[in-house]
Amino acid sequence: MIEIDRITKTYNGVRAVDSVTMTVETGTITVIVGTSGSGKTTLLRMINRLEEPSSGEVRINGESTLAVKPHILRRRIGYAIQGHGLFPHHTVARNIAAVPELLNWSADKIRARVDELLTLFSMEPATFRDRYPAALSGGQQQRVGVARALASRPDLLLMDEPFGALDPVIRTRAQEDLRRIQQQLGSTIMLVTHDMEEAMRLGDRVAVMDAGRLVQHGTPAEIITRPATDFVASMVGEVERPLRLLSLVPVSDLVEAGTAEGEALQVGASLRDALSACLWTGRSAVPVEQDGRRVGRVTFDAIRARARVHP
Amino acid sequence: MRIGTVLRPALVLLLLALVLRPAWFTPVFAPFAPQGGPVIYDRVSLLSLSLSHLGLVAAASAAATLIAVTLAILVTRPAGAAFRPLSRTITNMGQTFPPVAVLALAVPALGFGAGPTLVALFLYGLLPIFENAIAALSTLPPATMEAARGIGLNRWQRLVRVELPLALPVILTGIRLSVVIALGTATIGSTVAARTLGEVIIAGLLTNNTAYVLQGGLIVGLFAVLIYDALVQLEVRLARRIGAQSS
Ligand SMILES: Nc1ncnc2c1ncn2[C@@H]1O[C@H](COP(=O)(O)OP(=O)(O)OP(=O)(O)O)[C@@H](O)[C@H]1O
Ligand SMILES: [Mg+2]
Repeated sequence: MIEIDRITKTYNGVRAVDSVTMTVETGTITVIVGTSGSGKTTLLRMINRLEEPSSGEVRINGESTLAVKPHILRRRIGYAIQGHGLFPHHTVARNIAAVPELLNWSADKIRARVDELLTLFSMEPATFRDRYPAALSGGQQQRVGVARALASRPDLLLMDEPFGALDPVIRTRAQEDLRRIQQQLGSTIMLVTHDMEEAMRLGDRVAVMDAGRLVQHGTPAEIITRPATDFVASMVGEVERPLRLLSLVPVSDLVEAGTAEGEALQVGASLRDALSACLWTGRSAVPVEQDGRRVGRVTFDAIRARARVHP
Repeated sequence: MRIGTVLRPALVLLLLALVLRPAWFTPVFAPFAPQGGPVIYDRVSLLSLSLSHLGLVAAASAAATLIAVTLAILVTRPAGAAFRPLSRTITNMGQTFPPVAVLALAVPALGFGAGPTLVALFLYGLLPIFENAIAALSTLPPATMEAARGIGLNRWQRLVRVELPLALPVILTGIRLSVVIALGTATIGSTVAARTLGEVIIAGLLTNNTAYVLQGGLIVGLFAVLIYDALVQLEVRLARRIGAQSS
């Protein structure tokens, strides 16, 4: 559990982060959203003490981060920086191995881990292992930056716009990979983004920042249905609200007995996918499939009704 | 590049011949020698003069590199920033002092021989290395430096593993300038009895023997060109690896 306790950072009398208090549960993803300059990066950097707070403190599992030397603290916390920050004079493999090397892992274990991570991020190890960062595309550099942060399997991961330079297809896949890795390892992630869509897709909790203040901290559904301020409402976007909400609900919630024509959806798909399928093919219901077997259907009417129930 | 691949070995061979077999060049230099006078300098072996010349330059440049880089590291740390203007003034003074004056001042203290020459070359070599090292160490890519802190490198590890390797090509440029200046400047060391190739040139000036002057000048010049070239190659190789940084 990470407790952020009235943490404040003042630059020349201006509060970049203004008395932020929040608790992050172990094994969850918290996404911090906000406009440019709202203090997201500064908040993140105070957690691993790249920036010393002007006041307030952070506790990880009850222990104050001030109790350990900063560089020791940072080796336990994965950090993917805004704009990757790879070491240009080291190969991809050495970049990823940076923290395991500091922690004195054996060479075999490091090599296996590097290849595992490259594969995970769809980068063929044999092709990319020995390249220098200058010979990678922007998106590849960013993925190597994230791989470096994950390398030592840290309990806590701080990620500052890790997918900013990725194209939509790779971005969606990287988000799914991150979700999967996070669930496998049970790690705690705090991730900064500009993108509400990303926040909704990844976050167990979403924290909205505005001018240094934490204006709302809640589940994606809460943020959408009960925005605390006009600013939060505008971040969510009035027009997108119903669709964002539907994208949070899995089809399995509304599955009912019965049959329907046409291509089936998987139970894991969202109601937004189901709605889209209905609209695109003019159907009033779509069949639902689990492990290749039809388990029922979801109807257009049920989706419409669900969109009106605001939890 | 292609010109280099032909020219470089040719110049190396020319230099070796000039140093090891000076007699071969008698017909070339004869027109410049005084009537009936000696054409080729043979009081001392040119090889031993060359080695001594290069040795002085190497020793002075190594010391200058050590001091200048250490100083640059210190003044680019937060705690040392206050000393930056002062240290720049001092190294600048080293450069503005004419080397002949340094020699003249150092002789009473250090006596004749290699000592005063070493001091002059050392002082002269400090500035280019120091300036380049400061420039390199204070313009490192900020995202990389942030990441270096972020993953948990301590100050020393950051310096050794990230800052110095990234600054190396630019520091090397400073060393190259400094070495080339020293190669030329070392010749005047012979006025205070240091054993350098300047001996050949000075002997030529004293006896009105242009052949000696040309011979000495040519050898020093070739050393400078070839060493300069070798260091450029090294820099290019290092910089290519660090690559076009995409920040
Ligand atoms: N070292 C610093 N000195 C002075 N002001 C700073 C410093 N670092 C950040 N700030 C200011 O603090 C505020 C918050 O900056 P921060 O980088 O946390 O924003 P952000 O939310 O991450 O923005 P972005 O989305 O553009 O990355 C900004 O107004 C910024 O100008
Ligand atoms: Mg930021």
